[in-house]
Amino acid sequence: MTTAVLTPSSTGYDRPHSGGSLLGSLADIWAMTRRNLVHISREPMQLSDVTIQPLLFTVLFVYIFGGAIPIPGGGSYVDFLLAGILALNLTTSTMGTAIGLSTDLHEGMIDRFRTLPMWRSAVLVGRSAADFLTSVLCAAIVMLTGLAVGWRPGASAISVIGGLGLLLLFAYAVGWVSACVGLNSKSPESAGSFGFIVLFPLTFVSNAFVPTQHMPGWLQAIATWNPVSAVVSAARHLWGNPNPSAIVQAWPMQHPVEAALIWSVAILAVACPLAAHSFKKRTTE
Amino acid sequence: MATDLMIQAEGLTKSYGSTRALAGVDIAVPAGTILGLLGPNGAGKTTAVRVLTTLARPDSGSATVAGFDVLRNPGEVRRHIGVAAQDATLDPLLTGRQNLVLIGELSDLGRADSRARAKELLAQFELTDAADRVVKGYSGGMRRRLDLAGSLMTRPPVLFLDEPTTGLDPTSRQRVWEAIRELIGEGVTVLLTTQYLEEADELAHDIVVVDHGRVIAQGTPQELKEASRGARLEVTLSEPHPGAAGAMAPLVSEPVLVSDDGRHLSAGVDSSTGLATVVVRALDAAGVLVDNIEVRQPSLDDVFFSLTGGHIEEEEAAKGDGSEAGSGSGSDGAAAGAVGSGEGRHELEGVRA
Repeated sequence: MTTAVLTPSSTGYDRPHSGGSLLGSLADIWAMTRRNLVHISREPMQLSDVTIQPLLFTVLFVYIFGGAIPIPGGGSYVDFLLAGILALNLTTSTMGTAIGLSTDLHEGMIDRFRTLPMWRSAVLVGRSAADFLTSVLCAAIVMLTGLAVGWRPGASAISVIGGLGLLLLFAYAVGWVSACVGLNSKSPESAGSFGFIVLFPLTFVSNAFVPTQHMPGWLQAIATWNPVSAVVSAARHLWGNPNPSAIVQAWPMQHPVEAALIWSVAILAVACPLAAHSFKKRTTE
Repeated sequence: MATDLMIQAEGLTKSYGSTRALAGVDIAVPAGTILGLLGPNGAGKTTAVRVLTTLARPDSGSATVAGFDVLRNPGEVRRHIGVAAQDATLDPLLTGRQNLVLIGELSDLGRADSRARAKELLAQFELTDAADRVVKGYSGGMRRRLDLAGSLMTRPPVLFLDEPTTGLDPTSRQRVWEAIRELIGEGVTVLLTTQYLEEADELAHDIVVVDHGRVIAQGTPQELKEASRGARLEVTLSEPHPGAAGAMAPLVSEPVLVSDDGRHLSAGVDSSTGLATVVVRALDAAGVLVDNIEVRQPSLDDVFFSLTGGHIEEEEAAKGDGSEAGSGSGSDGAAAGAVGSGEGRHELEGVRA
């Protein structure tokens, strides 16, 4: 059976054919990224997660724990804290990815996207790109607040930027784990609980806020091999800030930069395909 | 066959778990026409639209839209369609304008063209004043209009409108109808699903009635009314005449009923073409004086009830009880129509029995 293809001239259908091209995909990602940034700016909770909360946490931790926690090997608590508090804020703010994707799937908008001639994965990539940009904003707020309350990096600008880069890379990787959670959760609310059940403990059972030396042996083992510890150690090392974990005799603590890179890449290698698979599964019927 | 069909589906089946949403549906929509896909809730209308708009894969059967196979070439299908889904598919956190521009950009329209087209459509759908407000605060009618505008961003040659007026107040419904009528003038092919007989009658060139995932009738609104065997011949005499019923009997399909005063005769008829003339001649030949003669066509409501076993009534009642406050006015409208035509139907059934 043959059917004539009709394109009535009156409908003026003569758009360029960019579907599937790299340029078209990038344009789709950019459009979705901007859309998600507008979302974050209009959701008070999400916005405060990357603006007010980091400011508050930084100030609270510095003044509440600052006097009480001695740093083995010396150094000020605020210098020790900053990498840790930045890791906390960046890691926990990735739960926005889970909530955002889950909301997208539950609202009718995803059906609209699926009937448009766009690169479908732009829904995922645009989300992670927007969340990466908000991570950068969050990091800027934490670092500026840190500078205001006495944090001083003792390394070159390139080294400081390298440390920041490692933290952002790790947050980006955790964002993809968060995407998997969002794509597999039944509702935006249950997606949000991921932050409290997984991300908070993950960040606290590490060297982010206290030196691990005084933790019980089993907890110390977990903290030593926790990817957050590797990333925080790497940042402290690169920032020239106190890094008591350097004396811990375990490979990730002895080679924190390499460990942070390996963890981030490994997480991305698993989470990205898994998210793509989950997304396809959720949008096929 | 080589035809100018813009939408064509053959033997579509689709099950969700144990629910058979489509049980072999054929659809053919010629270019530049509107097809009304009519059926109660759960009849399979939305599933059919989801298959044709590449959202769902059929279990079996095939379909082409604008000449492209929905399974083999979904990307091309998407480039040629506009969709206004039943649940308004809008981003509640973006403004009306941002929604339209986003749709345009994701359809490769480009930033500048998207903005220009959005402005045009916002004006056309009387949303200019609300254009820069967040959609979350829009009324149901405004969302529907924005959704419709979204489906028109790329001026697609084929449009799918899934219950575009469900839940709208009569004024908003009229506005949507006007917009759809304008599209027909522009040569767009439209598949419209609706629960409202009035809507299908008003807008569609052809109607396909679906129920339980099957097509149970199709044709023009007129053909459906005629094919329903529900037409009735009603004759009023100047004075009672003993030969009147006898003269009418060979021309009608059911026993002739005579009123108590002997002046009103009625009977069900199969076909109405030229019938009044033939009846008047027969009565005249029998020496009967006729004051009035009427072949009363069934409304589409009658057709629908006789085809679907009348369960749209239950659906509407159930919906009225439900929590969908927004659709209250619309449902009431349909229910009122159903009650109005119900009388005629019972009368018919009484005669048949």
